[in-house]
Amino acid sequence: MTDTTFTSLERVLTSLQQKEPDRVPFFLLVTMHGARELGMSIEEYYSKAEYMAEGQIRMRERYGHDCLYGFSYASAELEAFGGKTFFFEDGPPNGAAPIIFSADDIDKLEKPCVLDQPSLTRVLDAQTLMKERIGDEAPIIGVVMSPFSLPVMQMGFEKYMDLILGEPDVLERLLAINEAFCIEWANAQLAAGATAICFFDPISSSTIISPQQYRATGFKSAQRTIAKINGPTATHFASGRCLPVINDLVETKTAMIAASVDEDLGDVKGAANGRLTVFGNLNGIEMRRWTPDQTETIVKDAIAKAARGGGFILSDNHGEIPWQVPESVLDAVSQAVHKWGRYPLDWIGN
Amino acid sequence: MQNFENLSLEFENALLAVDRSAARDVLLKGQKDFSVAQLAEHVISKAFERIGKAWDDGDIALSQVYVSGRIAEEVVGEISPPSEKLYVDQPIIALALLDDYHMLGKRMVSTILQASGFVVLDFGRVEADELVARVKAENVQILLISTLMLRAALQVKKTCDLLKSASPHTKVIVGGAPFRFDPELWREVGADAMGYNAADAVHLITDMMEDLS
Repeated sequence: MTDTTFTSLERVLTSLQQKEPDRVPFFLLVTMHGARELGMSIEEYYSKAEYMAEGQIRMRERYGHDCLYGFSYASAELEAFGGKTFFFEDGPPNGAAPIIFSADDIDKLEKPCVLDQPSLTRVLDAQTLMKERIGDEAPIIGVVMSPFSLPVMQMGFEKYMDLILGEPDVLERLLAINEAFCIEWANAQLAAGATAICFFDPISSSTIISPQQYRATGFKSAQRTIAKINGPTATHFASGRCLPVINDLVETKTAMIAASVDEDLGDVKGAANGRLTVFGNLNGIEMRRWTPDQTETIVKDAIAKAARGGGFILSDNHGEIPWQVPESVLDAVSQAVHKWGRYPLDWIGN
Repeated sequence: MQNFENLSLEFENALLAVDRSAARDVLLKGQKDFSVAQLAEHVISKAFERIGKAWDDGDIALSQVYVSGRIAEEVVGEISPPSEKLYVDQPIIALALLDDYHMLGKRMVSTILQASGFVVLDFGRVEADELVARVKAENVQILLISTLMLRAALQVKKTCDLLKSASPHTKVIVGGAPFRFDPELWREVGADAMGYNAADAVHLITDMMEDLS
């Protein structure tokens, strides 16, 4: 499936400028599907940069979407801090036990050097290979966990919630280390070939903490961090709500925000008001059972709500399409975007 | 004579204001007219029903639900001995996190249930085989399973299938993000009910208690 008017990169950049390209850009944020494409286990797939790069290239060839996803798995960052990862045959690798159990552990914590970490250099190598293959045809999306959200893996969710709510000084010490790491990791990806960085920050979403708590914590950390990342960022709340803090997000200088399926895409687009490009919000969990007709209706509805005037990229709402989503559904998403996403979208009624 | 509704609203306001002292005062005031069991059922549980719904609706954040649970657990512990069963005929209830390290959801369910007067066995983080063995050994009648990842949610099917032969009378209630995002999933995995939020566990259990009785 090909589009000849714009390259994917031009299409995405045009939409980011709040203008209409030839069709609605779409990102299929498929990670593990590359393993299936190459006929290997998920663990083996993530063991070599060549596999990840080849998987991304093949999936873009198949679905005709507008990016390569230079992401392995979230706990690659936990590994950099000394943690471990569990691999599964049928799901994303998951962080094993936390590495921080007390304030003392935070005092002793050291920022890992990105280039010394095999779990991270494999991703950098994969991005370099992707860049060599794709050139300027399509953007390569790198990924970091935000300094404010990484501690969920470092400490466990419950202990981290207690830290956010009760120990602001200790939290600041941890954030300082994580911010330095995040900046180094993001900039290494941009140097390796990534075009932009997806800044995963689910804990900052209004689903998890209140807007007031966000402004006192995650917001400031995001501002400090994004200011030092040498490229555009897209903030992703991984299914969490963004509407209550959308004006704050603009102030973090991020370029894009992912909308939750819990929010109306049109409302998010309206609130972004040209200041942020919106991406989302296909329900990745429910997607595994969609029929082709259902898929077409849902894609069409998303386009109708948010695509006019540009400033919109269709995507799933979580930032990673589950392993259980069949290729037939991804084919149906692609076909629906190519069918209904051609600008000027005259089919949309007033 | 005070009424339950006013007390419950006062209690809810105190929790959301993170005012531990006010929350305790509401319960102490309520104790003048009602037993702790009555307060648990009509004041605390109802407050959490509204708090849970507010989270579902996007009006409050998970952190506020979490803190509310912690405060309620503490103040209830102060006015009632922690081991006291407020529901005399309560079935054996257990709670587990399936195949994951993210304990927050399980913790929230646990605090809200305990604050609402239930005694709950906490099986911690377990995998399906171990969970079924413990359910059988403890003769659990209502099992609550918390999940965060889709993969773990799908593992509930294995648990339910194993329970059919190992402990067929056990009812299973599931909760967590995958079930919220796919409202059909709980039926697919063979659960008996699904909670959209931690507080839903209270009314789901009370409904099941009526069925069991």
